Amino acid sequence: MPGSANHVFKALADPTRRAIFERLTRGELTVHALTERSGVSQPMVSKHLSALKRARLVRNRRKGRETHYQARPEALAPLVEWMSDYGAFWQNRLDKLGELLERMEK
Amino acid sequence: MTTAESQLRSVIVEKEFPHPPEKVWRALTDSSLIAQWLMRNDFEPVTGHAFTLRADPAPNWNGIIDCEVLEVDPSKTLSYTWGTMGMGSVVTFTLTPTEAGTHVRVEQAGFRPDQEQNYRGAMYGWKSFMGKLENVVAGLA
Repeated sequence: MPGSANHVFKALADPTRRAIFERLTRGELTVHALTERSGVSQPMVSKHLSALKRARLVRNRRKGRETHYQARPEALAPLVEWMSDYGAFWQNRLDKLGELLERMEK
Repeated sequence: MTTAESQLRSVIVEKEFPHPPEKVWRALTDSSLIAQWLMRNDFEPVTGHAFTLRADPAPNWNGIIDCEVLEVDPSKTLSYTWGTMGMGSVVTFTLTPTEAGTHVRVEQAGFRPDQEQNYRGAMYGWKSFMGKLENVVAGLA
């Protein structure tokens, strides 16, 4: 697996970090705004944002006194490539099919 | 194989189920059953039937996959086109009876390199994608 994919996997393995990333896919937000509804402290949010930035999953820009963050969904590419190469979507669906077959009558 | 064809990508996934082919076939071709393992749909097992598969919309993806049934060979082969965001591919399910039940082979063929961007967009839209990520990561060394 290429190094960039490792960064992306690691960055998104944390549920809080993933929630932050998902919120940022819906639009630009400040650290302040992110902290308000994340349930963790501002220093923690900043730490998570640094990890997301290292994986290039978010970009930031200064505007006045605040820094605004935005998701870069295109950074998921190495991960999606890895998933698609292994047919992860269909693996997952066939697992669901197996569960359904167990529930079905003969 | 021509150059153009050799550039097409395909995904093949195989799995064996401890159930007879007829039962697996029902799960693959009954609309309400399809909804339980794949997506909401208006599928009918009739060659030429146009239908849609619907997932929850996501950023950059409307969640709609346009399909048309290509082949219906009961308990053996089911094939349909799979189009979303301008990307076209063909999904083929092949069922083979085994001693323990049924071997299912799924092949999705026809992603061209120039459709890669759409492919990524579509994949990004899968709801289960993010949810399953943690499990995927947990499985990594």
